[in-house]
Amino acid sequence: MATSILQSSQMLPGDALHSFVVEAGNPFLFEIWKGQVVRIVDLEGNQAVDTLFYNAHDYADRYSAQDTIREQGNVYLTTGTRLISSNGNVLLTITADTCGRHDTLGGACSTESNRVRYDLSKGHMHACRQSFMKGIQEWGRGLEKRDIASNINFFMNVPVTPEGGLTFEDGVSDAGKYVELRAEMDVLMVISNCPQLNNPCNGYNPTPVQILIWDTNVQ
Amino acid sequence: MESSMLWTETVPGGATWSHVLKRGTALRMTDVEGGANVAAYFLNFDIPSERFNLPDTLKAQHTARLTKGHVLYSDMGRILCSVIEDTVGWHDPLCGFSNNEQVEKKYGKASYQESRNDWHQNARDGFLVELGKYGLGSRDLHATVNFFSKVTVDAVGDLQFNAGNSLPGSFVELRAEMNTLVLLNTCQHPLAPGSEYAPRPVEVSIARVSPPSSNDPCRMHCRENARGFLLTELFFL
Repeated sequence: MATSILQSSQMLPGDALHSFVVEAGNPFLFEIWKGQVVRIVDLEGNQAVDTLFYNAHDYADRYSAQDTIREQGNVYLTTGTRLISSNGNVLLTITADTCGRHDTLGGACSTESNRVRYDLSKGHMHACRQSFMKGIQEWGRGLEKRDIASNINFFMNVPVTPEGGLTFEDGVSDAGKYVELRAEMDVLMVISNCPQLNNPCNGYNPTPVQILIWDTNVQ
Repeated sequence: MESSMLWTETVPGGATWSHVLKRGTALRMTDVEGGANVAAYFLNFDIPSERFNLPDTLKAQHTARLTKGHVLYSDMGRILCSVIEDTVGWHDPLCGFSNNEQVEKKYGKASYQESRNDWHQNARDGFLVELGKYGLGSRDLHATVNFFSKVTVDAVGDLQFNAGNSLPGSFVELRAEMNTLVLLNTCQHPLAPGSEYAPRPVEVSIARVSPPSSNDPCRMHCRENARGFLLTELFFL
């Protein structure tokens, strides 16, 4: 499949059932029911949105980055990508994408990996895993650290070279770009709106994103 | 590491193997016939909530392949194992492992009842059964590595399985930097071409090895690894 399929959406923000703004550095958890459509809007541009999905009725059945890239034969996520769970289910499908490329190899930052990647002194800077932990602890319902698997980084650009190199590049996103997904089953969405200040994944300036949810079943 | 070899055994194709690889020892995996695949997963045996983290491993070392000089990071900023020898040059960290549905679709069904121990096995079930023996389960199974297999990524991101990556006798050695629960599965790579169920055997050996020196090639590979080793040594203070 092609690496980048630009596709805009006909959904109107005014028709959305829910609209939330997730500030930079915050977690956000929300259940999306089968048939509903969720849009993530990069409000100010170049923001990394670390995202996990779970089967809403069985959290052990969760988004699997390796299964997703292997089943589509491509490492980047864009329009048409089916997000595959660890049990082989299709959780959601990307139905629109005005950015064109999203990463699922780079994972989430953590205070621990920040010490390794940048400096031993960087372990006290806010990081995605802090937000994931806070988010799932407040959500409850049995979610633990071991449920935080390899995530999607919406709007983040992590190219892999034919020689097997991996780099973090400036985002290909811009203010107002969005990605839209249709839930193929009831899912729990867990977001950390990335607070990373040490690399270009956020343009060194973490910014808010908007979440819109439509209920297509009643339209 | 031959001089101090403590144990050697052969793991047949399609099988699962596990061992708590102690700090100060190394595991050599040898592709006996060529064309083997070993899906591998790693946990800190002392604190099993700490386990292999694929993204942290790739981004700390700016790589989408694994070979000598690379290390395997946990989710806690520490090193589980280091790749201290490698005659293959490319091990696949991207494509994950086979499951029952896939194996049945690709190779057909061969049940235990009709095929006995030549039945068609898959890596996911193998890992889940083995993890269960340590009180762990599917929630504990995260992304894995495929030793001996090579999958390249082209300019648009498409995956390409490279056959013939590992020749007979090829080996890779992993030095344990902590007491590491190692789980291996020798099912075929999920992207391996062909419709013949023919997983290859692998010889595994364990030897005592020296601790990583101050100029150890894995430690010196990049500044990230130097810090990773320091933080791993801190864990044992």
